[in-house]
Amino acid sequence: MKENNPVYRVYRFYRDGFRQMTVGRTLWVVILLKLFILFAILKVFFFPDFLGRFSDDTQKGAYVRDQLIERNTP
Amino acid sequence: MLLATTDLMNVVDWSRAQFAMTAIYHWLFVPLTLGLGFICAIMETLYYRSGDPFWKRTVKFWMRIFGINFAIGVATGIILEFEFGTNWSNYSHFVGDIFGAPLAIEGIMAFFMESTFIAIMFFGWNKVSKGFHLASTWLTAIGANLSALWILVANAWMQYPVGMTFNPETARNEMTSFWEVLFSPVAMNKFFHTVTSGYVLAAIVVIGISAWFLLKKREERMAQKSMVVASVFGGVSLLLLLWTGDGSAKIIAKVQPMKLASMEALYDGKTGAGLSVIGVLKSEPQRTQENDIFHFNLEVPKMLSWLSFGDGNAYVPGINDLLNGNPDQGILSTEEKMRRGRIAIETLAEYRDARQSGDSTRMASTLLKFNPETPEGQAFLNDYFKYFGYGYFSSPTEVVPPVPLIFYSFRVMVGLGVYFLLLFILVLYLAKKQKLGTYPWLNRVMLWSIPLAYLCSVSGWIVAEFGRQPWTIQDLLPTVAAVSRVDSTSVMVTFFIFVALFTTLLIAELKIMTKQIQIGPHDEQ
Repeated sequence: MKENNPVYRVYRFYRDGFRQMTVGRTLWVVILLKLFILFAILKVFFFPDFLGRFSDDTQKGAYVRDQLIERNTP
Repeated sequence: MLLATTDLMNVVDWSRAQFAMTAIYHWLFVPLTLGLGFICAIMETLYYRSGDPFWKRTVKFWMRIFGINFAIGVATGIILEFEFGTNWSNYSHFVGDIFGAPLAIEGIMAFFMESTFIAIMFFGWNKVSKGFHLASTWLTAIGANLSALWILVANAWMQYPVGMTFNPETARNEMTSFWEVLFSPVAMNKFFHTVTSGYVLAAIVVIGISAWFLLKKREERMAQKSMVVASVFGGVSLLLLLWTGDGSAKIIAKVQPMKLASMEALYDGKTGAGLSVIGVLKSEPQRTQENDIFHFNLEVPKMLSWLSFGDGNAYVPGINDLLNGNPDQGILSTEEKMRRGRIAIETLAEYRDARQSGDSTRMASTLLKFNPETPEGQAFLNDYFKYFGYGYFSSPTEVVPPVPLIFYSFRVMVGLGVYFLLLFILVLYLAKKQKLGTYPWLNRVMLWSIPLAYLCSVSGWIVAEFGRQPWTIQDLLPTVAAVSRVDSTSVMVTFFIFVALFTTLLIAELKIMTKQIQIGPHDEQ
Protein backbone atom coordinates (compact mmCIF):
# COMPACT_ATOMS: atom_id res chain seq x y z
CA MET A 1 0.00 0.00 0.00
CA LYS A 2 2.68 2.39 1.16
CA GLU A 3 4.82 1.37 -1.85
CA ASN A 4 2.15 2.68 -4.26
CA ASN A 5 1.72 6.01 -2.52
CA PRO A 6 3.13 8.64 -4.95
CA VAL A 7 4.41 10.84 -2.11
CA TYR A 8 6.25 7.90 -0.55
CA ARG A 9 7.69 6.96 -3.93
CA VAL A 10 9.05 10.47 -4.43
CA TYR A 11 10.45 10.40 -0.88
CA ARG A 12 12.08 7.00 -1.52
CA PHE A 13 13.48 8.26 -4.83
CA TYR A 14 15.27 11.12 -3.11
CA ARG A 15 16.25 9.03 -0.05
CA ASP A 16 17.85 6.31 -2.18
CA GLY A 17 19.49 8.89 -4.40
CA PHE A 18 21.11 10.66 -1.46
CA ARG A 19 22.15 7.34 0.12
CA GLN A 20 23.87 6.17 -3.04
CA MET A 21 25.84 9.35 -3.52
CA THR A 22 29.62 9.13 -3.41
CA VAL A 23 31.10 12.41 -4.61
CA GLY A 24 27.78 14.01 -3.78
CA ARG A 25 28.43 13.66 -0.04
CA THR A 26 31.58 15.77 -0.27
CA LEU A 27 29.66 18.24 -2.42
CA TRP A 28 26.85 18.45 0.10
CA VAL A 29 29.40 19.24 2.81
CA VAL A 30 30.77 22.01 0.56
CA ILE A 31 27.26 23.32 -0.21
CA LEU A 32 26.16 23.30 3.45
CA LEU A 33 29.42 24.89 4.57
CA LYS A 34 29.03 27.56 1.90
CA LEU A 35 25.39 28.26 2.80
CA PHE A 36 26.40 28.50 6.47
CA ILE A 37 29.14 31.00 5.59
CA LEU A 38 26.76 32.95 3.33
CA PHE A 39 23.70 33.11 5.54
CA ALA A 40 24.97 32.70 9.09
CA ILE A 41 28.16 34.70 8.85
CA LEU A 42 28.21 37.03 5.85
CA LYS A 43 24.52 37.97 5.94
CA VAL A 44 24.45 38.60 9.68
CA PHE A 45 27.79 40.33 10.16
CA PHE A 46 28.61 41.96 6.84
CA PHE A 47 25.38 42.52 4.94
CA PRO A 48 22.84 44.46 7.01
CA ASP A 49 20.08 45.85 4.78
CA PHE A 50 20.99 49.55 4.64
CA LEU A 51 17.40 50.73 4.16
CA GLY A 52 16.09 48.10 6.62
CA ARG A 53 16.15 50.68 9.43
CA PHE A 54 13.11 52.38 7.87
CA SER A 55 9.79 50.91 8.81
CA ASP A 56 7.95 51.43 5.50
CA ASP A 57 8.39 52.20 1.81
CA THR A 58 7.37 55.85 2.24
CA GLN A 59 10.26 56.46 4.63
CA LYS A 60 12.65 54.57 2.36
CA GLY A 61 11.45 56.60 -0.62
CA ALA A 62 11.89 59.89 1.28
CA TYR A 63 15.41 58.92 2.34
CA VAL A 64 16.50 57.84 -1.17
CA ARG A 65 14.90 60.96 -2.69
CA ASP A 66 16.89 63.11 -0.25
CA GLN A 67 20.05 61.23 -1.17
CA LEU A 68 19.40 61.66 -4.90
CA ILE A 69 18.90 65.39 -4.40
CA GLU A 70 21.78 65.99 -1.99
CA ARG A 71 24.42 64.23 -4.07
CA ASN A 72 23.79 66.62 -6.94
CA THR A 73 27.03 68.52 -7.64
CA PRO A 74 26.29 72.23 -8.28
CA MET B 1 32.59 68.51 3.22
CA LEU B 2 35.77 67.61 1.35
CA LEU B 3 36.38 64.72 3.75
CA ALA B 4 32.81 63.51 3.28
CA THR B 5 33.19 63.65 -0.51
CA THR B 6 36.53 61.81 -0.37
CA ASP B 7 35.01 59.08 1.82
CA LEU B 8 32.05 58.75 -0.57
CA MET B 9 34.47 58.27 -3.47
CA ASN B 10 36.32 55.64 -1.42
CA VAL B 11 33.02 53.86 -0.75
CA VAL B 12 32.24 53.95 -4.48
CA ASP B 13 35.66 52.53 -5.42
CA TRP B 14 35.73 49.80 -2.76
CA SER B 15 32.10 48.85 -3.37
CA ARG B 16 32.80 48.57 -7.08
CA ALA B 17 35.89 46.46 -6.39
CA GLN B 18 33.90 44.21 -4.05
CA PHE B 19 31.08 43.80 -6.54
CA ALA B 20 33.48 43.12 -9.43
CA MET B 21 35.35 40.52 -7.38
CA THR B 22 32.21 38.65 -6.30
CA ALA B 23 30.70 38.86 -9.80
CA ILE B 24 33.85 37.44 -11.39
CA TYR B 25 33.97 34.66 -8.76
CA HIS B 26 30.31 33.84 -9.51
CA TRP B 27 30.99 33.99 -13.25
CA LEU B 28 33.71 31.34 -12.96
CA PHE B 29 30.99 28.69 -12.46
CA VAL B 30 28.00 29.92 -14.45
CA PRO B 31 29.23 29.58 -18.07
CA LEU B 32 30.33 25.97 -17.59
CA THR B 33 26.91 25.08 -16.15
CA LEU B 34 25.17 26.77 -19.10
CA GLY B 35 27.14 24.86 -21.74
CA LEU B 36 27.98 21.54 -20.11
CA GLY B 37 24.29 20.90 -19.44
CA PHE B 38 23.62 20.91 -23.19
CA ILE B 39 26.73 18.83 -23.95
CA CYS B 40 25.48 16.20 -21.47
CA ALA B 41 22.01 16.35 -23.08
CA ILE B 42 23.50 15.82 -26.56
CA MET B 43 25.58 12.86 -25.34
CA GLU B 44 22.60 11.32 -23.60
CA THR B 45 20.57 11.75 -26.79
CA LEU B 46 23.30 9.74 -28.57
CA TYR B 47 22.92 7.06 -25.89
CA TYR B 48 19.11 7.13 -26.20
CA ARG B 49 19.26 6.74 -29.99
CA SER B 50 22.09 4.18 -30.18
CA GLY B 51 21.57 2.24 -26.95
CA ASP B 52 25.37 1.98 -26.78
CA PRO B 53 26.44 1.73 -23.09
CA PHE B 54 29.64 3.60 -24.04
CA TRP B 55 27.61 6.80 -24.32
CA LYS B 56 25.91 6.14 -20.99
CA ARG B 57 29.30 5.77 -19.29
CA THR B 58 30.59 8.88 -21.07
CA VAL B 59 27.59 11.06 -20.25
CA LYS B 60 27.68 9.96 -16.61
CA PHE B 61 31.30 11.14 -16.35
CA TRP B 62 30.52 14.57 -17.80
CA MET B 63 27.39 14.79 -15.65
CA ARG B 64 29.62 14.29 -12.62
CA ILE B 65 31.76 17.24 -13.73
CA PHE B 66 28.56 19.22 -14.36
CA GLY B 67 27.27 18.31 -10.89
CA ILE B 68 30.50 19.32 -9.16
CA ASN B 69 30.59 22.65 -10.98
CA PHE B 70 26.88 23.20 -10.26
CA ALA B 71 27.33 22.40 -6.57
CA ILE B 72 30.41 24.52 -6.04
CA GLY B 73 28.92 27.42 -7.94
CA VAL B 74 25.56 27.27 -6.20
CA ALA B 75 24.57 30.31 -4.18
CA THR B 76 27.64 32.36 -5.15
CA GLY B 77 25.25 34.79 -6.89
CA ILE B 78 23.40 35.39 -3.62
CA ILE B 79 26.36 37.43 -2.34
CA LEU B 80 25.75 39.89 -5.18
CA GLU B 81 22.15 40.30 -4.06
CA PHE B 82 23.34 40.96 -0.49
CA GLU B 83 25.66 43.66 -1.83
CA PHE B 84 22.74 45.41 -3.56
CA GLY B 85 21.10 45.85 -0.17
CA THR B 86 24.22 46.91 1.69
CA ASN B 87 26.47 48.82 -0.67
CA TRP B 88 24.03 49.85 -3.41
CA SER B 89 20.86 50.63 -1.48
CA ASN B 90 20.02 53.81 -3.46
CA TYR B 91 20.34 51.82 -6.65
CA SER B 92 18.24 48.92 -5.25
CA HIS B 93 15.46 51.30 -4.30
CA PHE B 94 15.68 53.35 -7.51
CA VAL B 95 15.33 50.29 -9.81
CA GLY B 96 12.17 49.28 -7.98
CA ASP B 97 10.24 46.29 -9.24
CA ILE B 98 12.02 46.27 -12.60
CA PHE B 99 14.97 44.45 -11.11
CA GLY B 100 12.83 42.59 -8.59
CA ALA B 101 10.45 40.95 -11.07
CA PRO B 102 13.04 39.18 -13.27
CA LEU B 103 15.08 38.13 -10.21
CA ALA B 104 11.97 36.70 -8.52
CA ILE B 105 11.07 34.74 -11.66
CA GLU B 106 14.67 33.51 -11.82
CA GLY B 107 14.53 32.37 -8.20
CA ILE B 108 11.27 30.48 -8.65
CA MET B 109 12.35 28.98 -11.97
CA ALA B 110 15.75 27.94 -10.63
CA PHE B 111 14.14 26.31 -7.61
CA PHE B 112 11.36 24.41 -9.31
CA MET B 113 12.83 23.57 -12.70
CA GLU B 114 16.48 22.97 -11.95
CA SER B 115 16.06 21.36 -8.53
CA THR B 116 13.38 18.95 -9.78
CA PHE B 117 14.99 17.83 -12.99
CA ILE B 118 18.57 17.84 -11.73
CA ALA B 119 17.51 15.27 -9.11
CA ILE B 120 16.09 12.99 -11.82
CA MET B 121 19.22 13.60 -13.90
CA PHE B 122 21.47 12.32 -11.11
CA PHE B 123 19.29 9.92 -9.11
CA GLY B 124 17.02 8.68 -11.91
CA TRP B 125 19.34 6.35 -13.87
CA ASN B 126 17.64 2.91 -14.07
CA LYS B 127 14.73 4.24 -11.99
CA VAL B 128 12.81 6.21 -14.59
CA SER B 129 12.42 5.41 -18.29
CA LYS B 130 15.24 6.33 -20.67
CA GLY B 131 13.03 8.88 -22.41
CA PHE B 132 11.97 10.56 -19.16
CA HIS B 133 15.58 10.69 -17.99
CA LEU B 134 16.67 12.23 -21.28
CA ALA B 135 13.87 14.82 -21.06
CA SER B 136 15.01 15.67 -17.52
CA THR B 137 18.58 16.22 -18.67
CA TRP B 138 17.42 18.56 -21.45
CA LEU B 139 15.09 20.38 -19.04
CA THR B 140 17.92 20.83 -16.52
CA ALA B 141 20.05 22.44 -19.24
CA ILE B 142 17.15 24.57 -20.50
CA GLY B 143 16.27 25.56 -16.90
CA ALA B 144 19.81 26.77 -16.21
CA ASN B 145 19.72 28.85 -19.38
CA LEU B 146 16.29 30.29 -18.56
CA SER B 147 17.63 31.33 -15.16
CA ALA B 148 20.38 33.17 -17.00
CA LEU B 149 17.74 34.85 -19.19
CA TRP B 150 16.12 36.63 -16.23
CA ILE B 151 19.43 37.76 -14.75
CA LEU B 152 20.53 39.09 -18.14
CA VAL B 153 17.19 40.84 -18.70
CA ALA B 154 17.79 42.71 -15.43
CA ASN B 155 21.37 43.48 -16.46
CA ALA B 156 20.27 44.64 -19.92
CA TRP B 157 17.78 47.04 -18.37
CA MET B 158 20.66 48.69 -16.54
CA GLN B 159 22.44 49.17 -19.86
CA TYR B 160 19.31 50.33 -21.69
CA PRO B 161 16.48 51.32 -19.33
CA VAL B 162 13.10 50.94 -21.06
CA GLY B 163 9.51 50.05 -20.18
CA MET B 164 9.36 52.14 -17.01
CA THR B 165 8.46 55.51 -15.58
CA PHE B 166 9.98 57.29 -12.58
CA ASN B 167 7.69 58.03 -9.66
CA PRO B 168 8.99 61.01 -7.63
CA GLU B 169 6.69 60.11 -4.73
CA THR B 170 8.35 56.74 -4.13
CA ALA B 171 11.71 57.66 -5.75
CA ARG B 172 11.42 54.42 -7.72
CA ASN B 173 11.09 53.40 -11.31
CA GLU B 174 7.85 51.58 -11.99
CA MET B 175 7.45 49.06 -14.77
CA THR B 176 5.01 50.15 -17.47
CA SER B 177 5.67 47.30 -19.89
CA PHE B 178 7.07 43.94 -18.84
CA TRP B 179 7.35 42.93 -22.51
CA GLU B 180 9.36 46.01 -23.39
CA VAL B 181 11.80 45.13 -20.58
CA LEU B 182 11.95 41.45 -21.61
CA PHE B 183 12.17 41.95 -25.36
CA SER B 184 14.38 45.02 -25.46
CA PRO B 185 16.99 44.54 -28.19
CA VAL B 186 19.77 44.80 -25.60
CA ALA B 187 18.19 42.06 -23.44
CA MET B 188 17.70 39.61 -26.29
CA ASN B 189 21.15 40.17 -27.75
CA LYS B 190 22.85 40.09 -24.36
CA PHE B 191 21.11 36.83 -23.47
CA PHE B 192 22.10 34.99 -26.66
CA HIS B 193 25.63 36.46 -26.68
CA THR B 194 26.26 35.54 -23.04
CA VAL B 195 24.83 32.01 -23.10
CA THR B 196 26.60 31.11 -26.34
CA SER B 197 29.86 32.35 -24.79
CA GLY B 198 29.15 29.88 -21.98
CA TYR B 199 28.65 27.09 -24.55
CA VAL B 200 32.04 27.87 -26.12
CA LEU B 201 33.71 27.86 -22.70
CA ALA B 202 32.12 24.50 -21.84
CA ALA B 203 33.23 23.05 -25.19
CA ILE B 204 36.83 24.16 -24.53
CA VAL B 205 36.69 22.66 -21.01
CA VAL B 206 35.47 19.31 -22.42
CA ILE B 207 38.19 19.37 -25.09
CA GLY B 208 40.85 20.30 -22.51
CA ILE B 209 39.90 17.56 -20.04
CA SER B 210 39.67 15.05 -22.91
CA ALA B 211 43.15 16.12 -24.05
CA TRP B 212 44.41 15.35 -20.53
CA PHE B 213 43.05 11.79 -20.84
CA LEU B 214 44.76 11.45 -24.23
CA LEU B 215 48.05 12.67 -22.76
CA LYS B 216 47.70 10.05 -20.02
CA LYS B 217 46.68 7.45 -22.60
CA ARG B 218 43.50 6.71 -20.62
CA GLU B 219 39.88 6.55 -21.77
CA GLU B 220 40.96 7.34 -25.33
CA ARG B 221 37.67 6.50 -27.02
CA MET B 222 35.70 8.58 -24.54
CA ALA B 223 38.13 11.47 -24.93
CA GLN B 224 38.06 11.43 -28.74
CA LYS B 225 34.26 11.15 -28.99
CA SER B 226 33.80 13.87 -26.35
CA MET B 227 36.13 16.15 -28.30
CA VAL B 228 34.06 15.68 -31.46
CA VAL B 229 30.76 16.41 -29.69
CA ALA B 230 32.30 19.45 -27.95
CA SER B 231 33.84 20.76 -31.18
CA VAL B 232 30.59 20.57 -33.13
CA PHE B 233 28.65 22.14 -30.26
CA GLY B 234 31.36 24.74 -29.63
CA GLY B 235 31.81 25.54 -33.34
CA VAL B 236 28.08 26.11 -33.93
CA SER B 237 27.90 28.16 -30.73
CA LEU B 238 30.88 30.24 -31.81
CA LEU B 239 29.21 31.09 -35.12
CA LEU B 240 26.12 32.19 -33.17
CA LEU B 241 28.42 34.11 -30.83
CA LEU B 242 29.94 36.00 -33.77
CA TRP B 243 26.47 36.79 -35.08
CA THR B 244 25.24 38.08 -31.70
CA GLY B 245 28.56 39.93 -31.25
CA ASP B 246 27.86 41.75 -34.49
CA GLY B 247 24.36 42.53 -33.17
CA SER B 248 25.89 43.81 -29.91
CA ALA B 249 28.14 46.22 -31.81
CA LYS B 250 25.16 47.68 -33.67
CA ILE B 251 23.11 48.06 -30.49
CA ILE B 252 25.99 49.52 -28.46
CA ALA B 253 26.61 52.05 -31.26
CA LYS B 254 23.04 53.28 -30.75
CA VAL B 255 22.53 53.08 -26.98
CA GLN B 256 26.04 53.23 -25.45
CA PRO B 257 28.24 55.14 -27.93
CA MET B 258 30.82 55.93 -25.23
CA LYS B 259 31.33 52.20 -24.64
CA LEU B 260 31.89 51.62 -28.36
CA ALA B 261 34.31 54.55 -28.62
CA SER B 262 36.23 53.18 -25.60
CA MET B 263 36.36 49.66 -27.05
CA GLU B 264 38.05 51.16 -30.13
CA ALA B 265 39.99 53.95 -28.35
CA LEU B 266 38.30 56.23 -30.88
CA TYR B 267 38.82 59.77 -29.57
CA ASP B 268 37.81 61.74 -32.66
CA GLY B 269 34.75 60.57 -34.57
CA LYS B 270 35.13 59.63 -38.20
CA THR B 271 33.15 58.94 -41.32
CA GLY B 272 34.24 55.56 -42.60
CA ALA B 273 35.97 54.68 -39.31
CA GLY B 274 38.40 51.76 -39.38
CA LEU B 275 38.45 48.86 -36.93
CA SER B 276 41.62 48.39 -34.91
CA VAL B 277 42.53 44.70 -35.17
CA ILE B 278 45.51 44.97 -32.86
CA GLY B 279 47.11 48.03 -31.38
CA VAL B 280 49.30 49.38 -28.58
CA LEU B 281 47.95 52.48 -26.87
CA LYS B 282 50.07 55.39 -25.74
CA SER B 283 49.84 56.44 -22.10
CA GLU B 284 47.33 59.20 -21.37
CA PRO B 285 49.94 62.00 -20.91
CA GLN B 286 51.73 60.88 -24.08
CA ARG B 287 48.45 60.73 -26.01
CA THR B 288 47.43 64.27 -25.05
CA GLN B 289 50.95 65.66 -25.55
CA GLU B 290 51.55 64.10 -28.98
CA ASN B 291 47.89 64.12 -30.07
CA ASP B 292 48.35 60.55 -31.23
CA ILE B 293 46.61 57.48 -29.77
CA PHE B 294 48.68 54.47 -30.83
CA HIS B 295 52.30 53.33 -30.66
CA PHE B 296 51.24 50.78 -33.23
CA ASN B 297 47.89 50.01 -34.83
CA LEU B 298 46.75 47.53 -37.46
CA GLU B 299 43.43 48.76 -38.84
CA VAL B 300 40.80 47.47 -41.28
CA PRO B 301 39.52 50.55 -43.15
CA LYS B 302 35.81 51.42 -42.80
CA MET B 303 35.14 48.23 -40.84
CA LEU B 304 34.05 49.95 -37.60
CA SER B 305 31.48 52.07 -39.48
CA TRP B 306 30.20 48.99 -41.26
CA LEU B 307 30.04 46.83 -38.11
CA SER B 308 28.35 49.61 -36.11
CA PHE B 309 25.82 50.95 -38.61
CA GLY B 310 25.88 48.51 -41.56
CA ASP B 311 27.36 51.28 -43.72
CA GLY B 312 31.09 51.64 -44.39
CA ASN B 313 30.73 55.40 -44.73
CA ALA B 314 28.69 55.99 -41.57
CA TYR B 315 29.91 58.43 -38.93
CA VAL B 316 31.08 56.81 -35.67
CA PRO B 317 31.25 59.33 -32.82
CA GLY B 318 34.46 59.41 -30.79
CA ILE B 319 35.03 60.14 -27.10
CA ASN B 320 35.72 63.84 -27.86
CA ASP B 321 32.49 64.15 -29.87
CA LEU B 322 30.56 62.75 -26.94
CA LEU B 323 32.34 65.06 -24.48
CA ASN B 324 32.35 68.28 -26.49
CA GLY B 325 29.27 67.64 -28.60
CA ASN B 326 28.97 67.60 -32.37
CA PRO B 327 26.04 69.67 -33.66
CA ASP B 328 26.54 68.39 -37.24
CA GLN B 329 25.88 64.85 -36.01
CA GLY B 330 23.16 65.90 -33.55
CA ILE B 331 25.30 65.00 -30.51
CA LEU B 332 24.80 67.00 -27.31
CA SER B 333 27.87 67.92 -25.29
CA THR B 334 28.31 66.31 -21.88
CA GLU B 335 28.22 69.81 -20.31
CA GLU B 336 24.75 70.31 -21.80
CA LYS B 337 23.61 66.90 -20.55
CA MET B 338 24.96 67.81 -17.09
CA ARG B 339 22.95 71.05 -17.17
CA ARG B 340 19.80 69.19 -18.12
CA GLY B 341 20.47 66.52 -15.50
CA ARG B 342 20.75 69.19 -12.80
CA ILE B 343 17.43 70.68 -13.88
CA ALA B 344 15.86 67.22 -13.56
CA ILE B 345 17.30 66.81 -10.05
CA GLU B 346 16.16 70.33 -9.12
CA THR B 347 12.64 69.41 -10.31
CA LEU B 348 12.72 66.41 -7.98
CA ALA B 349 13.85 68.74 -5.17
CA GLU B 350 11.00 71.11 -6.06
CA TYR B 351 8.55 68.24 -5.64
CA ARG B 352 10.07 67.30 -2.28
CA ASP B 353 9.92 70.88 -1.01
CA ALA B 354 6.29 71.26 -2.16
CA ARG B 355 5.45 67.98 -0.42
CA GLN B 356 7.17 69.03 2.82
CA SER B 357 5.43 72.41 2.85
CA GLY B 358 2.07 70.84 1.98
CA ASP B 359 1.74 72.93 -1.20
CA SER B 360 -0.60 70.64 -3.15
CA THR B 361 -0.82 72.95 -6.20
CA ARG B 362 2.95 72.96 -6.71
CA MET B 363 3.08 69.21 -6.01
CA ALA B 364 0.51 68.54 -8.73
CA SER B 365 2.23 70.80 -11.27
CA THR B 366 5.62 69.14 -10.59
CA LEU B 367 4.11 65.67 -10.78
CA LEU B 368 2.82 66.49 -14.28
CA LYS B 369 6.42 66.78 -15.44
CA PHE B 370 7.03 63.14 -14.49
CA ASN B 371 3.85 61.88 -16.15
CA PRO B 372 4.63 60.35 -19.58
CA GLU B 373 0.98 60.59 -20.58
CA THR B 374 0.89 64.40 -20.62
CA PRO B 375 2.59 66.57 -23.30
CA GLU B 376 4.39 68.48 -20.54
CA GLY B 377 5.60 65.21 -19.05
CA GLN B 378 6.76 63.84 -22.39
CA ALA B 379 8.80 66.98 -23.04
CA PHE B 380 10.37 66.99 -19.57
CA LEU B 381 11.15 63.27 -19.56
CA ASN B 382 12.67 63.40 -23.03
CA ASP B 383 14.59 66.66 -22.70
CA TYR B 384 15.65 66.60 -19.04
CA PHE B 385 14.95 63.45 -17.04
CA LYS B 386 16.63 61.35 -19.76
CA TYR B 387 19.91 62.97 -18.56
CA PHE B 388 19.10 62.77 -14.82
CA GLY B 389 22.34 60.96 -13.95
CA TYR B 390 24.58 63.55 -15.65
CA GLY B 391 23.57 66.02 -12.93
CA TYR B 392 25.88 64.24 -10.47
CA PHE B 393 29.11 64.95 -12.34
CA SER B 394 31.39 67.90 -11.71
CA SER B 395 33.47 67.38 -14.86
CA PRO B 396 32.52 65.97 -18.30
CA THR B 397 35.54 63.62 -18.28
CA GLU B 398 33.90 61.64 -15.46
CA VAL B 399 31.72 59.94 -18.08
CA VAL B 400 34.73 58.34 -19.81
CA PRO B 401 35.32 54.70 -18.79
CA PRO B 402 38.86 53.25 -18.41
CA VAL B 403 39.75 53.15 -22.11
CA PRO B 404 42.94 50.97 -22.09
CA LEU B 405 41.30 48.24 -19.96
CA ILE B 406 38.28 48.05 -22.28
CA PHE B 407 40.35 48.32 -25.46
CA TYR B 408 42.69 45.45 -24.51
CA SER B 409 39.95 43.28 -22.92
CA PHE B 410 37.93 43.50 -26.13
CA ARG B 411 40.91 42.36 -28.20
CA VAL B 412 41.67 39.49 -25.79
CA MET B 413 38.02 38.36 -26.05
CA VAL B 414 37.85 38.54 -29.85
CA GLY B 415 41.36 37.13 -30.38
CA LEU B 416 40.68 34.12 -28.17
CA GLY B 417 37.30 33.62 -29.86
CA VAL B 418 39.04 33.33 -33.23
CA TYR B 419 41.60 30.95 -31.70
CA PHE B 420 38.81 28.73 -30.30
CA LEU B 421 37.10 28.60 -33.71
CA LEU B 422 40.36 27.42 -35.30
CA LEU B 423 40.77 24.87 -32.49
CA PHE B 424 37.27 23.43 -33.08
CA ILE B 425 37.96 23.17 -36.82
CA LEU B 426 41.33 21.50 -36.14
CA VAL B 427 39.78 18.94 -33.76
CA LEU B 428 37.12 18.01 -36.32
CA TYR B 429 39.73 17.77 -39.09
CA LEU B 430 41.96 15.49 -36.98
CA ALA B 431 38.95 13.40 -35.96
CA LYS B 432 38.06 12.91 -39.63
CA LYS B 433 41.67 11.86 -40.35
CA GLN B 434 41.57 9.62 -37.24
CA LYS B 435 44.59 11.42 -35.83
CA LEU B 436 43.06 12.88 -32.67
CA GLY B 437 45.47 12.47 -29.78
CA THR B 438 48.49 11.62 -31.92
CA TYR B 439 50.24 14.93 -31.23
CA PRO B 440 51.08 15.29 -27.51
CA TRP B 441 52.03 18.98 -27.95
CA LEU B 442 48.57 19.66 -29.35
CA ASN B 443 46.95 17.87 -26.42
CA ARG B 444 48.94 20.14 -24.10
CA VAL B 445 47.78 23.19 -26.07
CA MET B 446 44.17 22.00 -25.72
CA LEU B 447 44.59 21.38 -21.99
CA TRP B 448 46.05 24.85 -21.45
CA SER B 449 43.23 26.36 -23.48
CA ILE B 450 40.95 25.84 -20.46
CA PRO B 451 42.27 28.89 -18.53
CA LEU B 452 42.21 30.84 -21.81
CA ALA B 453 38.47 30.13 -22.10
CA TYR B 454 37.95 31.61 -18.63
CA LEU B 455 40.16 34.58 -19.52
CA CYS B 456 38.07 35.14 -22.65
CA SER B 457 34.83 34.94 -20.67
CA VAL B 458 35.99 37.36 -17.97
CA SER B 459 37.34 39.74 -20.65
CA GLY B 460 33.85 39.85 -22.19
CA TRP B 461 32.42 40.66 -18.76
CA ILE B 462 34.98 43.47 -18.34
CA VAL B 463 34.07 44.97 -21.75
CA ALA B 464 30.35 44.89 -20.92
CA GLU B 465 30.54 46.10 -17.34
CA PHE B 466 33.59 48.40 -17.20
CA GLY B 467 32.52 49.75 -20.60
CA ARG B 468 29.36 51.22 -19.10
CA GLN B 469 31.13 53.00 -16.25
CA PRO B 470 30.38 55.32 -14.51
CA TRP B 471 26.77 54.17 -14.82
CA THR B 472 24.86 51.67 -12.72
CA ILE B 473 21.84 52.59 -14.87
CA GLN B 474 22.79 54.15 -18.20
CA ASP B 475 22.34 57.96 -18.15
CA LEU B 476 20.09 57.81 -15.08
CA LEU B 477 22.15 56.73 -12.09
CA PRO B 478 25.95 56.88 -11.80
CA THR B 479 27.77 54.84 -9.18
CA VAL B 480 28.35 57.94 -7.07
CA ALA B 481 24.59 58.38 -6.58
CA ALA B 482 23.83 54.66 -6.37
CA VAL B 483 26.11 53.75 -3.49
CA SER B 484 25.01 53.59 0.17
CA ARG B 485 26.37 55.99 2.77
CA VAL B 486 28.36 53.27 4.51
CA ASP B 487 31.78 53.59 6.08
CA SER B 488 34.52 53.08 3.47
CA THR B 489 36.76 51.26 5.97
CA SER B 490 34.15 48.56 6.56
CA VAL B 491 33.74 48.03 2.79
CA MET B 492 37.54 47.81 2.43
CA VAL B 493 37.87 45.30 5.30
CA THR B 494 35.06 43.11 3.96
CA PHE B 495 36.64 43.23 0.50
CA PHE B 496 39.80 41.57 1.84
CA ILE B 497 37.79 39.10 3.96
CA PHE B 498 35.91 38.06 0.81
CA VAL B 499 39.13 37.75 -1.20
CA ALA B 500 40.52 35.37 1.45
CA LEU B 501 37.24 33.45 1.72
CA PHE B 502 36.62 33.08 -2.00
CA THR B 503 40.22 32.07 -2.68
CA THR B 504 40.03 29.35 0.00
CA LEU B 505 36.70 28.09 -1.35
CA LEU B 506 37.99 28.14 -4.92
CA ILE B 507 41.11 26.13 -4.03
CA ALA B 508 39.03 23.54 -2.13
CA GLU B 509 36.55 23.31 -4.98
CA LEU B 510 39.21 22.99 -7.67
CA LYS B 511 40.77 20.13 -5.69
CA ILE B 512 37.45 18.25 -5.69
CA MET B 513 37.05 18.83 -9.43
CA THR B 514 40.59 17.75 -10.38
CA LYS B 515 40.41 14.68 -8.13
CA GLN B 516 37.22 13.53 -9.86
CA ILE B 517 38.72 14.12 -13.31
CA GLN B 518 41.73 12.02 -12.32
CA ILE B 519 39.43 9.21 -11.13
CA GLY B 520 37.72 9.28 -14.53
CA PRO B 521 34.48 7.55 -15.54
CA HIS B 522 33.04 4.79 -13.36
CA ASP B 523 32.15 1.43 -14.81
CA GLU B 524 28.50 0.44 -14.65
CA GLN B 525 27.74 -1.91 -11.76
